[in-house]
Amino acid sequence: MTFDASSSYRLHERVALRPEPFGALAYHYGNRRLNFLRAPELVTLVESLDDHESVRDAFDAVGIDPRRWPSFEKALASLAASDFLVAA
Amino acid sequence: MTLSDLSHAGITEPRPDNLVLSPVKQSGLGDQMKRGLDAPICLTWELTYACNLQCVHCLSSSGRRDPRELTTEEAEAVIDELERMQVFYINIGGGEPTIRPDFWHLVEYAVDHGVGVKFSTNGSRIDAEVAEKLAGMDYVDVQISIDGADAETNDHVRGEGSFATAEQAMEHLHDAGFGEFKISVVMTRHNIPQVDAFKAMADRYGAQLRLTRFRPSGRGADSWHELHPTDQQQRDLYHWLLDRPDVLTGDSFFHLSALGEALPGLNLCGAGRVVCLIDPLGDVYACPFVLHDEFLAGSVRGEGGFQKVWQESDLFLELREPQSAGACASCGHFDACQGGCMAAKFFTGIPLDGPDPECVLGHGEPLVEAADQALRPVGADHSRPTPVAFLGRK
Repeated sequence: MTFDASSSYRLHERVALRPEPFGALAYHYGNRRLNFLRAPELVTLVESLDDHESVRDAFDAVGIDPRRWPSFEKALASLAASDFLVAA
Repeated sequence: MTLSDLSHAGITEPRPDNLVLSPVKQSGLGDQMKRGLDAPICLTWELTYACNLQCVHCLSSSGRRDPRELTTEEAEAVIDELERMQVFYINIGGGEPTIRPDFWHLVEYAVDHGVGVKFSTNGSRIDAEVAEKLAGMDYVDVQISIDGADAETNDHVRGEGSFATAEQAMEHLHDAGFGEFKISVVMTRHNIPQVDAFKAMADRYGAQLRLTRFRPSGRGADSWHELHPTDQQQRDLYHWLLDRPDVLTGDSFFHLSALGEALPGLNLCGAGRVVCLIDPLGDVYACPFVLHDEFLAGSVRGEGGFQKVWQESDLFLELREPQSAGACASCGHFDACQGGCMAAKFFTGIPLDGPDPECVLGHGEPLVEAADQALRPVGADHSRPTPVAFLGRK
């Protein structure tokens, strides 16, 4: 499934986030993979995705600089590809 | 360091070489790792020093149970703490951990508290019934240790009959439909020529192959000169691994990255930064290969428990400081190999800011030869007093 920033996502229910100075360490109890969220804003974003109609709405609400949207979209797409994010 | 190649499909062992990395970053991941994390990524817990084998390279010189080992209640308290710290996954070893009468209880206790378990075993307790039980458990991984692709090579290191025992355990896991268990091999002079045979064996069982570096730790110090790979073998292994990124290495061959392209993984020494060891007595060491007072950070039995040791011990804070390249500063490859393995240097008598004893550029070997072997540091020893015959399966 291709990642679509105009639709809504949420964290997989078997994913746990551990806060770290650089952001967070994410662990997926289902596929047992680890993932580094290497920016505090990425953590805030990932945690709030579920509250918004689309990923772009979440970008806006969290206050991500539009110039950084492409790199955040890429990060979220990779999280979705490894099943850390699922369609809400 | 390339980060994009760290993600391998199908890898379930969350070690530094299994990370999926998001492209958003503020600084290099390696730098973040070097400064340490709030809790370890990869924690090894040796449950007992008791073992029915006497492998000549045993990094913990195991054999006899130590009467001071953690009680069941103390072990449960450690698991409670790991749960609070969100240590998602632990590697249990020994000794032979399955010898502990409360082994299965502790595994289940950990899993029930959200702490996944991978345990290493020589296979002696993995009969058909245990294999069935394991196949039905979530969050439990099994790692069978062998050190040769045939009985002769393996038993030379692990003791007579140990190959047949491990093979039988693998058959049982395979027959029970356990799925992708791990076959773990310490790379030696005798078995590096067998890497293809190990890979074929893993494929035959639907298992995942894991090759790690032999260190001169524990009884490995005594067998080092006979067993450590030749320079040419290290080069062969490096190229073999580069071609097979699906083979796990526990990030242990980063000293080989001085040969060129980095192997998959973080390529740094994780000791006290992302890795540590809890020994059977609850003592916390910087990594599984340095069971020596010099690298003892504290005890889970102390006030503040494991968390305080991990977050505040002087030793770990020091290991998270920027390390000097020392004698390696003038070599153009330090960024690639990071000076190699702390444990390998320590137990061969090389200063910690010196080159790795197996430095691929040959800087280590003269130092090993010059080191006074009589002054070589020796760690705690739980070996049985006299070698005994392999006890075989229960």
